[in-house]
Amino acid sequence: MTRGRIRAKFRRSSLYTFATCRRPHTSDEEETTCLPVQGPGYSRVVQCNQPYLHEIKPLKYCTNYISTTKYNFITFIPKAIFEQFRRVANLYFLLAAALSLTPVTPFAPLSVIAPLVFVVGLSMAKEAMEDWRRFVQDMKVNLRKASVHKQDGTFGPMPWMKIRVGDVVKVEKDQFFPADLLFLSSSYEDGICYVETMNLDGETNLKVKRALEVTQNIEDDSSLKDFSGTIKCEDPNSSLYNFVGKMEYDCKVYPIDPSQILLRDSKLRNTAYVYGVVVFTGQDSKVMQNSTKSPSKRSTIEKQMDKIIYILFIVLVVMSVMSSIGFIMKTKYDLPNWWYLQVPDHEHLYDPQQPLQSGFYHLVTALMLYGYLIPISLYVSIEVVKVLQAHFINKDIHMFDEETGTPAQARTSNLNEELGQVDTILSDKTGTLTCNQMDFIKCSIAGIAYGTLPSDVELAAAEQMVMDMDGQGKRGMPQSVEKGCEFVKSDIQLETVVTAKDDMLKHPIKGFSFEDKRLMSGNWFNESTADNILLFFRILSVCHTAIPEQNEETGTYTYEAESPDEGAFLIAAREFGFELSKRTQLGVHVRERYPSYEDPVEREYKVLNLLDFTSKRKRMSVIVRDENDQILLLCKGADSIIFERLANGGKEYLDVTTTHLNDYGEAGLRTLAIAYKKLDEAEYNAWNDEFNRAKTSFGSDREANLERVSDMMERDLILVGATAVEDKLQKGVPQCIDKLALAGLKIWVLTGDKMETAINIGFSCSLLRQGMKQICIAVNPEVFVSNESSVEEGILKQITDGFQMVKQEKDPHAAYALIIDGKTLAYALEDDMKHIFLRLAVECASVICCRVSPKQKALVTRLVKEGTGKITLAIGDGANDVGMIQEADIGVGISGCEGMQAVMASDFAIAEFRFLERLLVVHGHWCYKRIAQMICYFFYKNIAFGLTIFYFEMFAGFSGQSVYDDWYMLLFNVVLTSLPVISLGVFEQDVDSEVCLQFPTLYQQGPKNLFFDWLRIFGWMANGLYASLIIFFLNIIIFYDQAFRASGQTADMTAVGTAMMTSVLWAVNVQIVLTMSHFTWIQHVLIVASIATWYLFLLVYGELRHALEVNAFRILLEILAPAPIYWSSTLLVTVVCNLPYFAHISLQRSLNPLDHHIIQEIKYYKKDIEDGRMWSRERSKARQKTKIGFSARVDAKIRQLKGRLHKK
Amino acid sequence: MNSGTPSSSAAGAGSADSIAPRRNSKRPKYSRFTQQELPACKPILTPKWVIGTFLLVSVIFIPIGVVSLFASRDVVEIVDRYETECIPETLRNDKVGFIQSDRSKTCQRTLRVPKNMKQPIYVYYQLDNFYQNHRRYVKSRSDQQLRNNGSLQDTGPCKPEDNTAGGPIVPCGLIAWSLFNDTYGFTRNNQQLDVNKKGISWKSDREHKFGKNVFPRNFQSGTLKGGATLNPNVSLSEQEDLIVWMRTAALPTFRKLYGKIEVDLQRDDLINVTLENNYNTYSFSGKKKLVLSTTSWLGGKNDFVGIAYLTVGGLCFFLALVFLLIYLIKPRQLGDPSYLSWNRNPSGH
Repeated sequence: MTRGRIRAKFRRSSLYTFATCRRPHTSDEEETTCLPVQGPGYSRVVQCNQPYLHEIKPLKYCTNYISTTKYNFITFIPKAIFEQFRRVANLYFLLAAALSLTPVTPFAPLSVIAPLVFVVGLSMAKEAMEDWRRFVQDMKVNLRKASVHKQDGTFGPMPWMKIRVGDVVKVEKDQFFPADLLFLSSSYEDGICYVETMNLDGETNLKVKRALEVTQNIEDDSSLKDFSGTIKCEDPNSSLYNFVGKMEYDCKVYPIDPSQILLRDSKLRNTAYVYGVVVFTGQDSKVMQNSTKSPSKRSTIEKQMDKIIYILFIVLVVMSVMSSIGFIMKTKYDLPNWWYLQVPDHEHLYDPQQPLQSGFYHLVTALMLYGYLIPISLYVSIEVVKVLQAHFINKDIHMFDEETGTPAQARTSNLNEELGQVDTILSDKTGTLTCNQMDFIKCSIAGIAYGTLPSDVELAAAEQMVMDMDGQGKRGMPQSVEKGCEFVKSDIQLETVVTAKDDMLKHPIKGFSFEDKRLMSGNWFNESTADNILLFFRILSVCHTAIPEQNEETGTYTYEAESPDEGAFLIAAREFGFELSKRTQLGVHVRERYPSYEDPVEREYKVLNLLDFTSKRKRMSVIVRDENDQILLLCKGADSIIFERLANGGKEYLDVTTTHLNDYGEAGLRTLAIAYKKLDEAEYNAWNDEFNRAKTSFGSDREANLERVSDMMERDLILVGATAVEDKLQKGVPQCIDKLALAGLKIWVLTGDKMETAINIGFSCSLLRQGMKQICIAVNPEVFVSNESSVEEGILKQITDGFQMVKQEKDPHAAYALIIDGKTLAYALEDDMKHIFLRLAVECASVICCRVSPKQKALVTRLVKEGTGKITLAIGDGANDVGMIQEADIGVGISGCEGMQAVMASDFAIAEFRFLERLLVVHGHWCYKRIAQMICYFFYKNIAFGLTIFYFEMFAGFSGQSVYDDWYMLLFNVVLTSLPVISLGVFEQDVDSEVCLQFPTLYQQGPKNLFFDWLRIFGWMANGLYASLIIFFLNIIIFYDQAFRASGQTADMTAVGTAMMTSVLWAVNVQIVLTMSHFTWIQHVLIVASIATWYLFLLVYGELRHALEVNAFRILLEILAPAPIYWSSTLLVTVVCNLPYFAHISLQRSLNPLDHHIIQEIKYYKKDIEDGRMWSRERSKARQKTKIGFSARVDAKIRQLKGRLHKK
Repeated sequence: MNSGTPSSSAAGAGSADSIAPRRNSKRPKYSRFTQQELPACKPILTPKWVIGTFLLVSVIFIPIGVVSLFASRDVVEIVDRYETECIPETLRNDKVGFIQSDRSKTCQRTLRVPKNMKQPIYVYYQLDNFYQNHRRYVKSRSDQQLRNNGSLQDTGPCKPEDNTAGGPIVPCGLIAWSLFNDTYGFTRNNQQLDVNKKGISWKSDREHKFGKNVFPRNFQSGTLKGGATLNPNVSLSEQEDLIVWMRTAALPTFRKLYGKIEVDLQRDDLINVTLENNYNTYSFSGKKKLVLSTTSWLGGKNDFVGIAYLTVGGLCFFLALVFLLIYLIKPRQLGDPSYLSWNRNPSGH
């Protein structure tokens, strides 16, 4: 922005009167976090330029060191461990580990502690890594250098973290502010500077800050030597747009408002340097106060998994109690006879005299022994899998936006599978569905409509109509004459539309798509209403807060405007010949090509006051003095607001303009009304005095005062005309919505826009269509005034009526759309009404909520989430969507253009709305199936293994002895079976991504939860139970008494245990092969490796000294491997274990195949290539019944035409 | 929050150029791995595969079953349960009293050989209801002590059979203490049949687990006498009965190798067994059996393996037929789109 451009210096002391909720972003967004300062809390005292005073209490404030880390070196261990053991399962394992040190343990302590340490260590290592990354980032910030005043009039560099309250710092161009500063002076003589607040609120346009007049004269370093003052201000708080304080300087008190505060993490732009006094440091700064931790979310599957774990815990306890009862009986009645045990022992673990005490000890033993039912490595495996899945999402090249260079980003990995189960999408409109790029496209001046180019919506509608017809043609519908006519008509329309658009593309000016010869090139001089047109253009070029920038090379101007609407107006004004060229101290300079078009004249308008735009006021005005000393109030604002402020004499064009506004609204355009009023000197002066009083007043009612005074001025206006700008739809949005609708997703639009605009966008996205019955629920403004209860009654009646209507609908194709506005929604969201409202909304095909505040967005999201129990996804781009994004089960932020606020709060970030399709339909679908299958398999495997331990107990007098070596058990979960299941969770694909996209209906397997319902979970558990029975009893029968080798030896416990373990491993690994349907070399390697590792382990283990202690010495080499029966038992058990599952899946596939089975087969036989027609026919049928999206539109059209034919 | 560096003084007009490489750098690199497009084999269960698999299993299993069954049938096994018979009839109402008394426990048994038995003939004793797998029992041993001469004092887990007044017990622990002490002597036609007691344990046990220079000490010298005594002059590595006994059995019914008879026995040979019935299984009413058995390549007599293989093989064959029938009766062309859910019930998806 610096090189090649000239920026005029100017002073505008009267700008930004309402320096409050600065979120003008777009006019359609409702008021944001606009918290009035309340309560006492004005205790902060800052001694300017005397930081040493702040080193002792009570003036000692926190340092400027910031930390976003969760832990530090000391707290990491305790805190991270605490976090880990908040999981019930981990706590159980911790308890087991502690008990393993007592004599009741069935295992060697190491074999219990080692896996726990491994699992917890791995999770903690992940935490530590993430925290380290945060720490490095923090330190980078903390060590940035800023130049700080050193008491003697010189400045020296100092790291940010050392900066204290009261320090005077000098910030240079394009540097970040190190703390919240009070702006003292800048390189500009009138003490203004430009600030980019991208990091705070995501707005890209620059803001102007203005120093107090008394401090503006601090010009160089040396003049700061003797500078001092005292600031008294509010305590640290999170409100970005508010600041209340005062400064005592030279024995006078000056109020400080937000325009003198430079916030940390915003950037100085277009200003050589500024001086500032540090007011808030570190954690006290507004930006740090604002950083909220997003709530941690857990996926439905994980919640269900917890339930399974609880079930397994119950099974575990039941088994342990059974085992203990068995133990008590054995101990009491049999043990005294078992002389070889020499009971009782000293520790009373086996005391027939005290069977209950021994039984209790045994219960503890049993709880540990059967702990293998609960997979210790499950959480850690899931975490690994999800991180890898997230990696795939991040790396997906199809979700990379070339234009902005943004890849998709899975910011939290623990919701991947939730993406596959979404039922309702709640979408923001501006910036999400639309680009938030405004094009000036039409206007109405003095009752005459100008502008011939069609809007996107009109264009889409025309295209759609032609497409509808084409769709019909393909389906071989008989053509009626009538329809033929329609064809021709729409073709012609389309042609004109397309060619017109092409013309425009030849000379594209960003923000300006206007074409009308009557106004262009000075032709408007000849219009009959030239006076009004002149006034209109002048208002466009003067009534704004933008800053012009000249490009040195081309000499043209660009504008830094607060909102894209305003930018579009200025560009339009420039194109019409009213080029804003300069902002000076006193006003704006406009180069007007008037009265002669060829010869521009520079005129100056002195800006006396500026009543800026807020979403509450919905209007902005400037009061200017023109060259003829005429004082004018120029105003632009929402039509409804302006219309109620018109003077009786100013309504000349009201009716015509209203008609035009309605037309524009229908075409999907955003409209503003333009008005003015002439003031005489005395009137103005009287008002100005009052205004200044309000402005300098101090306290919480300041804004109310300002507003009241402004309101007095903005009355009796004269309407000039109206503007219409187009909010462009983003690329691929209608297609994406259609695909999502076909996948069976419901889409709600929540927007701050007014109803008409929202409806228009609804039409252009095919969320609404002709023939859809619209249920509009709105408050009747007259009733609103009268009383609250009747309003409520009215709304309730509207909702109930709508509900009755929907319920009584006989036509299965009838589609309803619910449109509700914010005011009404406030009532509809009340406890007594929200359920009926939700029931109505669920019945409707599309729901559009307009004029909703960020809070309401979140409330609606919560209502849908809790009311339907289905999974919701919220998508949005701006700070006003944060609430909704955090509230929904999944929050998706658009990271393309606007700021980072929404992205920061989101779980997934994508560059554009259209990537949502791939994120859900491909990644969501895969992740859901992967995780579901993985968890099922995990439980299967641990049940199959864990129960064999229990069975063995029955044959070991319930004594707590395990048949397996401790190390086998340890390795089972951690090494031997973990990698194949992880590969299942990471790489499994039922069908490839192409097919996922082509058959959107496959997505419904997720929301219907086909792969993780209780039937399936219990099926898997039953499979585990069966496998455990087979593994145990087959092995026992084969090995228990007979010699198992030609040389006559019988098998001891270790040999039986090892043979059994071999069977377990083969059985579960073959099972996973049957479960998978997609084998890359990775799966092959991992599965083979797991089995190979087992034998390798036995070989190595058999040679270790340790093996001598546990009878496992050379277990494989000398004892088992030479015995054919060992191998033969493995084969037998493996086959028997997997036979039922294999028969089950074969039977299911042959008799009751699921959709993905058929598609796999089609792909397998390459039928999709041989029979392309069948393939595309099935693709077109593979969709959910939906009433939205353009496919539904086409269907409706066909039905309509068919109906007509029938009548004939 | 703070993205990028603050030093972007070279921004402005040049910024457009500097953005371009950054965009490229953020672009995910294409690889088949990251795009999840690795070549994969995606087998599906076609009828051919299903029937083929079942047939394959049955084709493999039935021969294995037959071979196993034959092997098992070749094994000749003589089982003689003697715990009651070896107590004089008059004393059978107090078996425990008898076994704990000092009376002569010698007992004569006669076994008839049902079939020719090729040497080696393995002699086993089989105990029943004896919980060698009880946790207290399993733990009660010290492998350190068994291996090293220097680890005499390593009797930690051996309680209560760890120490006597005369010092630590070697081998310590309940397992060693309860060593089986019935003995068998065999004669055929008044001819002594030698029982070879060498080589009945695992070689590695003799060489590595039980020390060559570890000798029994204070064994069975306590107040309570358990099972067999050991010759204090023979090193543990040669006490094969002990070595076999120390490998605890998995189930309460178990056999352990006693020795080998290395001559062939003929059908209808009568074998006289002179039996010292010393071991107390009467307290817990455990059975005692003497087993003489030959082995096949599969080991002892174990019909179960063969039968199980035959059953599974047969079942798979049956399933192959069932699936064949299913595919014949209710054929479904693979990849037939009419089975897709939206074609099967077009009204309600």
